[in-house]
Amino acid sequence: MKKLVSAATLALSMSVSGLAFAEPVKIGLITTLSGGGAGLGVDTRDGFMLAIKQAGNSEIEVVTEDDGQKPELAVQIADKMIQSDQVDILTGIVWSNLLMAVAPSAVAQGKLYVSTNAAPAALAGANCNPLYFNAAYQNDNLHEAMGEYANKDYKKVFIMAPNYPAGKDSLTGFKRYYKGELASEVYTQVGQTDYAAEIAQIRASGADGVFAFLPGGMGIAFLKQYAQSGVEIPVMGPGFSFSQDVLPAIGDAALGAKASGQWAPDFDTDVSKKFLADFQAEYGRLPSIYAVQAYDAAQLILSAAAKADVKDTEAFRAELLKADIKSPRGDFKFNTNQHPIQDIYLTEVVKQADGMLTNKTVEKIFDDHGDAYAKDCKM
Amino acid sequence: MTVALALEQLLNGLQLGVMLFLMAAGLTLIFGVMGLINLAHGSLYMVGAFACATVAAATGSFWIGLVASLACAAAAGAIIELLVIRRLYDRDHLDQVLATFALILIFSEGTRWLFGSFPLYLDIPPLLQGAVALPGGAQYPVYRLAIIAAGALVAFGLYLLIGKTRLGMRIRAGESDREMIGALGVDIRTLYTVVFALGAALAGLAGAMVGALQSVQVGMGEPVLILAFVVIVIGGIGSIKGALLGALLVGVVDTMGRLLLPQLFGLFVPPSQAGMIGAAAASMLIYVMMALILAVKPRGLFPAAHM
Repeated sequence: MKKLVSAATLALSMSVSGLAFAEPVKIGLITTLSGGGAGLGVDTRDGFMLAIKQAGNSEIEVVTEDDGQKPELAVQIADKMIQSDQVDILTGIVWSNLLMAVAPSAVAQGKLYVSTNAAPAALAGANCNPLYFNAAYQNDNLHEAMGEYANKDYKKVFIMAPNYPAGKDSLTGFKRYYKGELASEVYTQVGQTDYAAEIAQIRASGADGVFAFLPGGMGIAFLKQYAQSGVEIPVMGPGFSFSQDVLPAIGDAALGAKASGQWAPDFDTDVSKKFLADFQAEYGRLPSIYAVQAYDAAQLILSAAAKADVKDTEAFRAELLKADIKSPRGDFKFNTNQHPIQDIYLTEVVKQADGMLTNKTVEKIFDDHGDAYAKDCKM
Repeated sequence: MTVALALEQLLNGLQLGVMLFLMAAGLTLIFGVMGLINLAHGSLYMVGAFACATVAAATGSFWIGLVASLACAAAAGAIIELLVIRRLYDRDHLDQVLATFALILIFSEGTRWLFGSFPLYLDIPPLLQGAVALPGGAQYPVYRLAIIAAGALVAFGLYLLIGKTRLGMRIRAGESDREMIGALGVDIRTLYTVVFALGAALAGLAGAMVGALQSVQVGMGEPVLILAFVVIVIGGIGSIKGALLGALLVGVVDTMGRLLLPQLFGLFVPPSQAGMIGAAAASMLIYVMMALILAVKPRGLFPAAHM
């Protein structure tokens, strides 16, 4: 009898392992699901879970927790996920200041971190880590693209970002490519809701263009107030300032704004169209760039899990590094510092036939663009 | 710096001050009359904004939304006073802080549950769109001028209400001696509910007016709440006059600080660092001011008489 049971168990386990990964994978998804930044986190979660759901594999488990956009909370959750949930991979953090609190200690404990968004310069150069991957970009990238674009149409640009790591990366990135004169360089508070003081400075600055990196609620507040101010200087920004999670709340004030992005809903590829249709069918809204990045992060993890055992970190990260996925973004591969090499496009905010605001691709700014820090990364 | 920029920033400071006054007036009234620290005041501000955005989207009229925001915030205020706050008057401040903090969490999650995590759309009414010319060549948004005017009206209305009406007389009596006014036969419970609803309505009005300028989203009330507390501490807890002057002071100092401090640091260090240091210093400025004022006048600028 005992033999029979063990034989049956063996047969059962063999039949299962035909479909399964080398080893079950447990993922800890820490993202912002409450507070002002919740829209970004919800899109991250939904994009990630869409890929997991499509894979339809019961051997992958995702534990989701809300960090409330608070670094100290994110650290607690990460500790709990590593120690008591025993996750193999952490992912999902939207904000660079939270990522800096979580990722270095997670990789020091031998866990993989695959970033869906935050990509501070500090982790891309000399302090890169074999266990830290970024599926989104390097923080500077979209800002670099706008700097390159601004060279064409503008002579004197007013640049503005919140005072936190990604804000500094943003303006550094813009200035790396922008050759013209700067009217002024302004840092605002994180979570600031009133931009009257900054708008007055823009008006007085004599600038011919405004570059603003203001993700989430900050961008909504700024653009609505800017539209009412009577200042006619055109506003541009990285895709975050005009992404799908904020466009409906900004309204017509965003029309015509130029931005940069690695993806827009009008991409004419089968992968992108399918992703768009699946996301809309599942959640009843248009995905933002955050959803695409998280979708790709999940695809990357799934692609590696299909071929390697997650407990064998070396083999698993070698599979991750191959980036064997079909991204809605199109070309996608990893640089030597495990950040993406990808194309970056200029987009414009337009109104669809159904009255919904969205981003339309205008032209390609960068082809196969990496980042400025990869050369300092010795792995 | 030009005269036009200085004038525009002064108006911006006034507008921020007026908005803070609407929040601080309710907060300080509730503290003055009932001795209650209400951390959930920011949630009532959020309720006002969400009510206005929802009703404006359904009816197409900002003005109906504005009325709805007053009604909803007042109703929410009255309901939480009856259900929760009423049990807290006799307890110490720590219990009040704990219970009203719980209310913040309940309101936030409840709102998320009803409306989702994405910000709502609320636009400025067509009547108040656009900008007007200021002397010196600058332009200023009509809507912000309207907020300043509305705030001035509310301040005047509160002055009349508290100084000239029977309700105001009772509020003042409640501030100076709670037991005595009860002993004289005034229905103190109803008075408390009315004062609480009034404070809530003012917060809701502020939320709706500001909601059209920024994003209507969960958690929008808390940053304003912190500033409102700074205002009432500076102005003197329990004093409406203190709240008005404190609010204008905080509004103007904060706005001017954000403009001038980066320029000041720009004299000594390169512009990109000046921007960063200036922004950091500007965000501390009002707290430094609060510390200085409290060092000289520990009970604020206009301490309420009985405290």
